[in-house]
Amino acid sequence: MIQFSPEKINKVNEIIARYPEGKQKGALIPLLHLAQEEFGGWLDAPVMDYVASLLDIKPIEVYEVATFYTMFNMKPVGKYVLEVCQTGPCMLRGSDQIIDHIKNKLGIKAGETTADGLFTLKPAECLGACGYAPMMQLGKFYKENLTIEKVDQLIEELRAAAATAN
Amino acid sequence: MKLLLEKAHIEGIRYYDTYRKNGGYSSVEKALKMSPDEIVEEVKKSGLRGRGGAGFPTGMKWSFLAKPEGVPRHLVCNADESEPGTFKDRYLMEFLPHLFIEGMIISSYALGSNTSYIYIRGEYAWIPDILEQAIAEAKEAGWLGKNIKGTGFDCEIYVQRGGGAYICGEETALIESLEGKRGNPRIKPPFPAVQGLWMRPTVVNNVETIAAVGPIITMGGDEYAKLGAGRSTGTKLISACGNLNKPGVYEIDFNLSVEEFIYSDEYCGGIPNGKKLKACIPGGSSVPILPANLLLHESNGNKRLMNYESLSEGGFQTGTMLGSGGFIVLDEDQCVVRHTMSLAHFYNHESCGQCSPCREGTGWMYKILKNIEYGKGKMEDIDLLWDIQRRIEGNTICPLGDAAAWPVAAAIRHFRDEFEWHVLHPEEAQTRNYGLAHYAEPRTIVAAQ
Ligand SMILES: Cc1cc2nc3c(=O)[nH]c(=O)nc-3n(C[C@H](O)[C@H](O)[C@H](O)COP(=O)(O)O)c2cc1C
Ligand code: SF4
Ligand code: FES
Repeated sequence: MIQFSPEKINKVNEIIARYPEGKQKGALIPLLHLAQEEFGGWLDAPVMDYVASLLDIKPIEVYEVATFYTMFNMKPVGKYVLEVCQTGPCMLRGSDQIIDHIKNKLGIKAGETTADGLFTLKPAECLGACGYAPMMQLGKFYKENLTIEKVDQLIEELRAAAATAN
Repeated sequence: MKLLLEKAHIEGIRYYDTYRKNGGYSSVEKALKMSPDEIVEEVKKSGLRGRGGAGFPTGMKWSFLAKPEGVPRHLVCNADESEPGTFKDRYLMEFLPHLFIEGMIISSYALGSNTSYIYIRGEYAWIPDILEQAIAEAKEAGWLGKNIKGTGFDCEIYVQRGGGAYICGEETALIESLEGKRGNPRIKPPFPAVQGLWMRPTVVNNVETIAAVGPIITMGGDEYAKLGAGRSTGTKLISACGNLNKPGVYEIDFNLSVEEFIYSDEYCGGIPNGKKLKACIPGGSSVPILPANLLLHESNGNKRLMNYESLSEGGFQTGTMLGSGGFIVLDEDQCVVRHTMSLAHFYNHESCGQCSPCREGTGWMYKILKNIEYGKGKMEDIDLLWDIQRRIEGNTICPLGDAAAWPVAAAIRHFRDEFEWHVLHPEEAQTRNYGLAHYAEPRTIVAAQ
């Protein structure tokens, strides 16, 4: 059953209260972020329907928005999504090599997930970190001034973290 | 002179107590003793121009705000910052959140906005926590909430994350997104100042614009206007990136020369490994790229300066724009065709798809550029590219079309020989870059004086 915890429901109500009466649809994008975090890193149709019910809007109003924005995943992703910026300024500082290295190391193409379900490679457009390039987004935070060695180390750390979590 | 980043180095300046001890919120104190119209007047006098890219005078924008009886008005801050090369607003929000919130409070008071929103790009996922903490601290100290400091003015500020879409930086797309919709820009008019968020009168301003309001109130509009050069008043944040020794965010005086900005140790510290400057896109990815020789000097031979007028001197033939201040530097090893292809991919990816010239044209431009870059281009392709960009420009609902067209036009205008070389030497182009040709000029200064 898809349902936020009581604690999350409080958060939902707090977010909805930021918008004027009758304009609660404004809370849609923030709620989709909450839902994606809570329900496995992507937005399955029943999850979107649940969000629609919270805002008292039609499911289609949620689908059309969720599919517009790149941060919402419309299919399952790995436990760790490596979002490496590939836009011009990052390219000038070697983002192509970082992306190629990750592809080779993990044996996946852009947009794919490793067989163990740990990593997804998602090339991204400019993330507002151009001065600290090359860089990637990993969950809530950025990893900046990347080198091949740093990427190797990061992947090892994530593997270790996943192994202890299991 | 630093107005925005003056206190950035102070330990703990992110927190209210430290910020307040260092003179913080005195601008709000002063503003609350003024009338809203007096504040608008000071901002007008300051000559402040919007820092989001278009450079529209902020005081004038504020005076256009409609004030129908009984209809709420809103201030919306544009923190979507997604123009490639631009990362200055992030710096302000991360390191000086209270400077920004001060500006939000004063601006909300001046415009009569009881509920103001900060729309921040979703990828800056850790920054809303910083802002919300600053807002909570300000509220605790009585600078927000009901009847602020006995003025009778109520104000709440909320932070909303976006979902990842460059187009939501365009003000009407941003408004749509705040309303919980797809980020499709609206046809103007009506302008947001008349019918914006929920069809209510709305002012949309960039983070850096808002952050400048505190210093303007503190020093007075006239004093602010004395800083800078001509109609480029005050100071500007520049986010420098690409092939530089010291990329990062700098607050500059508008009289600084482009050359000094790139080469002096006080700023970017020159280009790594002694490489030469090939080209630069000084105002975010949408503004025209210039080869080094045109970048450093105006057509009269004077040094080009880091301000609105000097950077655009010569129009698009020999000039460019200050834009958002996203300063992208390409050294002699870089390929202009490849860089332009990457930007074309970006605009194609970010087009909202409402207008066919933009939706289709950006895709065609990317495909053609990809062919040229990978040795499959024909000579006619270069003219075709020119033709496509020309047909996009000016024929779309929002300026993203222009923003996609200009980088391609400027690359062909100034680097046509590099495109032709790719077509004529498809195999060689896979193994090496074209290099400098005649674009660069030996630089004249060695280090900061
Ligand atoms: C495609 C597109 C993207 C934009 N992105 C931003 C942005 O990320 N941040 C911003 O402040 N303005 C952006 N703008 C400009 C806004 O539409 C608007 O002019 C600006 O927020 C006004 O604020 P200002 O007057 O303080 O600069 C963008 C415009 C376009 C056409
Ligand atoms: S110009 Fe492009 S981004 Fe702007 S409204 Fe038209 S299709 Fe959308
Ligand atoms: S181009 Fe990669 S963060 Fe801006």
